[in-house]
Amino acid sequence: MKLILYTQIFRIFLVWMLFVAPLSSAAIDRPLDISGNISLQLRGFTQDALWLHQNTSDAELSVSSELEIRWRSNDNNQRISFIPFARWDENDKKRSHFDLREAFWAYQSGDMEILLGVNKVFWGVTESAHIIDIINQTDLVESIDQESKLGQPMVSLAFQKDWGLLDLYLLPYFRERNFSGKSGRFRGQYAINFDNSKYQSSRKRKNLDFAIRYSHFFGGVDLGIYYFDGTSRDPRGATGASNSDLVLHYDQIEQIGFDIQYTRSSWLWKLESFYRDGYSDAIFGSVAGVEYTFYQIFNGTSDIGVLLEYQYDDRSSSETATTADNDIFVGSRWTSNNMNDGSFLAGIIVDKKTSESFYSVEAKTRLSENFSLALEVKIMTNSQIGETSFTQSHDDYVELQINHFF
Amino acid sequence: MILRNSAGKQASRTLRFITLEIPDESIGDKSLILFRTPKDIEGTALLSHAKMLDPDDQWLYLPALKRIKRISSRNKSGPFVGSEFAFEDFTASELNKFRYTYIREELCEKLVCDVIERIPLYENSGYQKQIAWVDNSTYQLRKIEFYDRKGSFLKQLILEDYRLYNQKYWRPHRLKMKNIQTKKSSDLVYGQYKFKVGLIDSDFVKGRLSKLR
Repeated sequence: MKLILYTQIFRIFLVWMLFVAPLSSAAIDRPLDISGNISLQLRGFTQDALWLHQNTSDAELSVSSELEIRWRSNDNNQRISFIPFARWDENDKKRSHFDLREAFWAYQSGDMEILLGVNKVFWGVTESAHIIDIINQTDLVESIDQESKLGQPMVSLAFQKDWGLLDLYLLPYFRERNFSGKSGRFRGQYAINFDNSKYQSSRKRKNLDFAIRYSHFFGGVDLGIYYFDGTSRDPRGATGASNSDLVLHYDQIEQIGFDIQYTRSSWLWKLESFYRDGYSDAIFGSVAGVEYTFYQIFNGTSDIGVLLEYQYDDRSSSETATTADNDIFVGSRWTSNNMNDGSFLAGIIVDKKTSESFYSVEAKTRLSENFSLALEVKIMTNSQIGETSFTQSHDDYVELQINHFF
Repeated sequence: MILRNSAGKQASRTLRFITLEIPDESIGDKSLILFRTPKDIEGTALLSHAKMLDPDDQWLYLPALKRIKRISSRNKSGPFVGSEFAFEDFTASELNKFRYTYIREELCEKLVCDVIERIPLYENSGYQKQIAWVDNSTYQLRKIEFYDRKGSFLKQLILEDYRLYNQKYWRPHRLKMKNIQTKKSSDLVYGQYKFKVGLIDSDFVKGRLSKLR
């Protein structure tokens, strides 16, 4: 049965590639630019699901697509971006989802730019965790690495001055975090009750969040510092009245965060930290590390980078769970720098106290002008009952993804 | 740009170069390189503030995460987008980055060329020296031979199809780089240049990287 389904989906994928995708084309300096991608993803789980109601299949097929429509005025002062995204997943209804990654209009006048609509903003310098990135909500069903984000509605003002860049954000609508559904992997013992989220703010999702950030560079030092006042992107989970589901609590917080990187020769020195005041005691979190790259190894074209980072977080157990509390990350990145732009990233995160370890491998290569192939392996070991990540300890997986760009 | 390996397999890259040339020869130019194809790296952008002898300042924009990352510019001799051009072949066009020695005058095709040796003064160059052929009527660079750190002949660059812009600026439109040691080659073919398009300093700051499209 499953094989027939897979064959069908592969056929649809082929038809798309052959007939729909070629309609768009790359052009330089065209005011309207349409492009996008479609991806076929197959995940294989190495263990049986741990919790009741989770799909018992050890394979999961999924298709996602993103369309990117961009326009820029002839005088270069106005731009419009419209990027819808959709995923279909065979096992988890919650992973099948739609989002507007971007949908904005921006107008630039001299050293100022105003942007209205949905956009994505990234802050941070470290690789193993992105703890200070706060504007956009995490699209957690996309990947457990938390790098996929939901589009955030905003009014933003940017002032580019000789002394740096000042960004102001008004965020009038809150996006709840996406989590796996009842039948999906990567969830805790209790499925989340999505209809019953609690907000500290009486305005709930319509609380007006605010952020201001200054960023600049001074020689080899790149620096960013911000203040955020609004709804925490990190929900706290608490079991509901029936004791069989999980209700999410979104608190009001104030947060100061900064990121700093010192770049010298082959070394990148990185530090990012935040101080958050909100639900219970104030939280301090930090990730610090180095990245060193050996260029053109063995007189060839490829590079090897070595990464070392330490993650720290002092929050109490009554707060949102985090796994990055006292962990060491060691990783290595190889890049081929040849025609196919192959890359390979392997890393391990070890909790210093519990020895719980999380292994990750990501490999990527270009197959042709419009195709690429990606492999991902995530494995967790030494997970103890009662630890935050134990609930997902049966979700080790191997993922193969083929991407078509048009 | 067309990339060819020794077996003749081809791949192409489409890029857009935006440069702010700074007349003061003691200050480096600022440049933006926008990647258009292959499509999987579309939207990636590289911002460089070239220095004379100090390391350049460089930032890379990664569109999938919308992340601006300061990168090390130490990798001067590394391949640019998998081609036979090195990073330094793009950023090292500044006069004061080299020490020059006049060698001789010789015929180069129908022209008479000055042959000049130039030795990189900046750190981490992949070259011990370069030999440049400059025709002595229009002062156009016609050919460069690159010698690796051991002094062996590494690459040859031929510059062709010079066209005149604004009655003032000659620019080559075909740069053919051949690696003598690996037999790989890359051709950089330019479309139209546009001069005096109103670019200013603030178009070349890292904060602009996320607003390019």
